[in-house]
Amino acid sequence: MAEVKLFRTWSSPFALRIVWALKLKDVQYDTIFEDLSNKSPLLLQYNPVHKKVPVLVHNGKSVAESFVILEYIEETWKQNPLLSEDPHERAAARCWAKFGDEKVLPSIWEAFKSEGKEQEEGIVKAKENLKYLEEELKGKKFFGGEHIGFADIALGWLAEYENVFEEVTSMRVIAEEEFPLLSEWKRTFSDAPIIKENWPPRDKLVTKFQALREANLLKKVPK
Amino acid sequence: MADQVRLFGTWCSPFSTRVIWALKLKGIPYDYIEEDLPYKKSAQLLKYNPVHKKIPVLVHGEKPICESMVIVEYIEETWLQNPLLPSDPYGRAMARFWVKFAEDTAPAIWMVFRTTGEEQEKAKKEVLEMLKTIEEHAGLDKKRFFGGDNIGIVDIAFGQIARWFGVIEEVVGMELLEPHAFPLVHAWTNNFKDVPAIRGNLPDHDRMVAFFKPFRESLLASS
Repeated sequence: MAEVKLFRTWSSPFALRIVWALKLKDVQYDTIFEDLSNKSPLLLQYNPVHKKVPVLVHNGKSVAESFVILEYIEETWKQNPLLSEDPHERAAARCWAKFGDEKVLPSIWEAFKSEGKEQEEGIVKAKENLKYLEEELKGKKFFGGEHIGFADIALGWLAEYENVFEEVTSMRVIAEEEFPLLSEWKRTFSDAPIIKENWPPRDKLVTKFQALREANLLKKVPK
Repeated sequence: MADQVRLFGTWCSPFSTRVIWALKLKGIPYDYIEEDLPYKKSAQLLKYNPVHKKIPVLVHGEKPICESMVIVEYIEETWLQNPLLPSDPYGRAMARFWVKFAEDTAPAIWMVFRTTGEEQEKAKKEVLEMLKTIEEHAGLDKKRFFGGDNIGIVDIAFGQIARWFGVIEEVVGMELLEPHAFPLVHAWTNNFKDVPAIRGNLPDHDRMVAFFKPFRESLLASS
């Protein structure tokens, strides 16, 4: 019987990607919750290079880095594919996933961590990135087309965490009037079965990110 | 019936050179279009890569693919001869992990190139960390290439170490890849450069120094 373990934290959006992929493919697995301030010896053994979550362990072999894990899951459990068979569509999905992590996420995080004029400028930058996502959704229900795919899973954090950020700082990034398709995608993705059942508790997320924001703002106080 | 393959790149870019290596290793004929970056971008480049407006872009028929390592995976999936990835999912996951590592750590060497003082020192530290991680964790003590007996996708991802590092070292006057500090990585650079498909497709060291030296000066003058 194949043994699958997922090392994660309760709040990591990167680990959520793996939860979604495993559940969408109906793969049975055990969860090990890590306390990142006190990492377990197993985590350090399974991810010696980065010492981070998520890590997937399958039959004793470990895989780290969320997109790498997603591709591994896709290749190991072939039901309910997350990627098209067509190489060009696969490349496009991978590009959007990269765009999400390399541009969208940092720009939203920068805006979240700041205040006043700095935050306003951060929001402008974030919106420039989001415009491309809005464009990509034209004529599509999900980035993956009719069904949730690799790019949806990669960008899925937007559907909840962006709301959390808005609640904490009252910054509006994805407004309905400006981003109608992205707003609709957030709702559809969030409400999809499996996704809906696996969001971390909203109030806990708000508390956590409030604390993170405060800590970051303190760092910026001029001496 | 083969669709035309076009590659938009620049002669001194390690990123477009990665794609050339993949095409050459698989014996794929292609047309190459040299872009005059960073000075001006052709209308075709902006048409095929509107989001990032960067090279490399591979256009297969009329389908564009962006992001060098996404392009290499596309090439791998479209032309199956001389595979660059192992066939088993775990081996592929290990390769993708190191590709991601190469992607995440690549910016540091370019920060060494474009900065001075404290910022440059910080970037230098990151480069040395990266080399140390590869030296200790990538298994080069047991194999000739990252890909084993033959070069693979990870060798392609790390390829810039084998030529661009030396160029940047000379331009900024700093030694980073010291052979006695990183004997395995150093040996790998020689093995890598010896492979015919690589040897015939490495931009000339002196030509690059002549290009990057004034480029660095102009960057520093304008900052």
